[in-house]
Amino acid sequence: MLEQKYLLPFEKPIAGLYKKIDDLKKLAKGGNIDMTQETRAMEERIELLRREIFSSLTPNQIVAVSRHLLRPTTYDYIRLIFDDFTELHGDRNFADDPAIVGGFAKFNGSHVMVMGHQKGKTTKENIARFFGMAHPEGYRKALRLMQLADKFNRPIITLIDTPGAYPGIDAEERGQAEAIARNLKEMMRLKVPLIVTVTGEGGSGGALGIGVGNRVLMLEYSIYSVISPEGCASILFRDAKRSPEAAENMKITAKDLFELGVIDEIIKEPVGGAHNDYATAAMNIKSSLKKHLSELAKMSPAAILENRYNKFRAMGFFLESVPD
Amino acid sequence: MAISQWMQKKKQEKALEYKSEKLDIPGNLWVKCFKCAETLYNKDLENNLKVCPKCGYHFKLSSKERIAMLLDEASFSPYDYEMRSKDFLHFVDSLPYSQRLKDYEQKSGLLEAITTGEGTIAGKHAVACVMDFSFMGGSMGSVVGEKITRAVEKAIGLRLPVIIVSTSGGARMQEGIMSLMQMAKTSGALARLSDEKLPFISILSDPTTGGVSASYAMLGDINLAEPGALVGFAGQRVIEQTIRQKLPPGFQRAEFLKDHGMVDIVVERKDLRDTLVKCLDWFGY
Repeated sequence: MLEQKYLLPFEKPIAGLYKKIDDLKKLAKGGNIDMTQETRAMEERIELLRREIFSSLTPNQIVAVSRHLLRPTTYDYIRLIFDDFTELHGDRNFADDPAIVGGFAKFNGSHVMVMGHQKGKTTKENIARFFGMAHPEGYRKALRLMQLADKFNRPIITLIDTPGAYPGIDAEERGQAEAIARNLKEMMRLKVPLIVTVTGEGGSGGALGIGVGNRVLMLEYSIYSVISPEGCASILFRDAKRSPEAAENMKITAKDLFELGVIDEIIKEPVGGAHNDYATAAMNIKSSLKKHLSELAKMSPAAILENRYNKFRAMGFFLESVPD
Repeated sequence: MAISQWMQKKKQEKALEYKSEKLDIPGNLWVKCFKCAETLYNKDLENNLKVCPKCGYHFKLSSKERIAMLLDEASFSPYDYEMRSKDFLHFVDSLPYSQRLKDYEQKSGLLEAITTGEGTIAGKHAVACVMDFSFMGGSMGSVVGEKITRAVEKAIGLRLPVIIVSTSGGARMQEGIMSLMQMAKTSGALARLSDEKLPFISILSDPTTGGVSASYAMLGDINLAEPGALVGFAGQRVIEQTIRQKLPPGFQRAEFLKDHGMVDIVVERKDLRDTLVKCLDWFGY
């Protein structure tokens, strides 16, 4: 069970129970009394309370879960879902971007290419990895690996977890817009199955840059949006503090996006979010990937191309004619 | 240096910085140049393709003006001209999106931020998509994405080249994730155009940023940009906040993009049509 300091603000009711468990443990130690039963009862109450809290999270609370410091990262999922991972580096042009990682792996006994945004779990790690915000070389590395997979007929699995593409002078100088645009275009040309899973934050073009898949799946408490709720609030409401409202308005949760037809499946998370139980979260992703991969494996390269094109071709809502 | 001289110099320096251009109201007799602050007679400006005769600053053009400037007279026939946006998220900021759409329809006289269709340029047939900044800052929602995609698909059917003139602040927030998805949709259509060996010429005008620059606008076989046009992915304010530094002068301007290898030619407006004809000619049209 997680330490108290990692509780989210809306999990406050749980904090008191944690304290009681600590007290019980201290008491048990001091008085040499067996408190196992009481402790277990308390833990069950925490579980129950957590279940209740998580059964009705607001979009803004889901944003907080999706960004939890201990939320499993791409490396975690690669370790738990795949075998024999061999990381490959660099875009062959400029650098190796630590904000996107990827390489060879085996999934369920078969060769695949896996890649995703990589955040850190400490401030130091996050600074080194630009908080999972990729530069152009990150998108170019991702594309290089995807095209390699295409050439050798290996399915591609991408994991999305980024606040967005890195906004900086050097990123602009090296063509951030061009790098993302090219990925969107070239991903449409890949003849192998491509499955995308949003595991944490799906931040705008930075997410979509590795997100044009035959299937797009989302973890239950992940988000996917055109702009961060803070960004939206600061532009439209001129006040970043109104981000809860923006989160509500923009429809960024897995449930909303499933209803809009943007994603194909919501992958269940363990109670309290993926950070409470890495293994279960990973197992759930694995079984979804398995199902979708076996469906896609039956399709010809031409059908794979057609399937991906039509999926995105169908997106958008509009009116065809002027009312009288 | 005397104080008055110093102040004069400061003022000049300030004037040289690009300022954000507010929509100039038609019918105004006089216009002040946003770059050199020169007061210009509106007629003179219009006769000069809306380029400041003194400093060369390129004012924004409406889609209508752009079509008149680039295509042969009366050659343009529009596609999907009745397509309009829908407030499917029931999005409300300071106004409901549905109301905002109505306001912009009235203010701009347009139904959306893009006009698509086909016409001729010096007798050469082409499909043209022209964005208009005056409709919600040229933002890309479902309609912009759909109209471009349909136009590109039409070009594939007719085996015509595609020209897109971009001017946009990026994706339209009021349509949430659907705006983002238009980036994939339009880029996918352009991939097919490319596979069919049909050319795409992208014209970047001021400004082309965010989701539009990170999709179709940057995917031209030839990328042309107007002088001084702001083109980039991230907004300047966001970058300044991230790096906590002032941005260098000329950052994300057309010339900067050319220097960094992102744009083929920076073309003055008066030469744009001729350059376009040259490109089409080279492509075999």
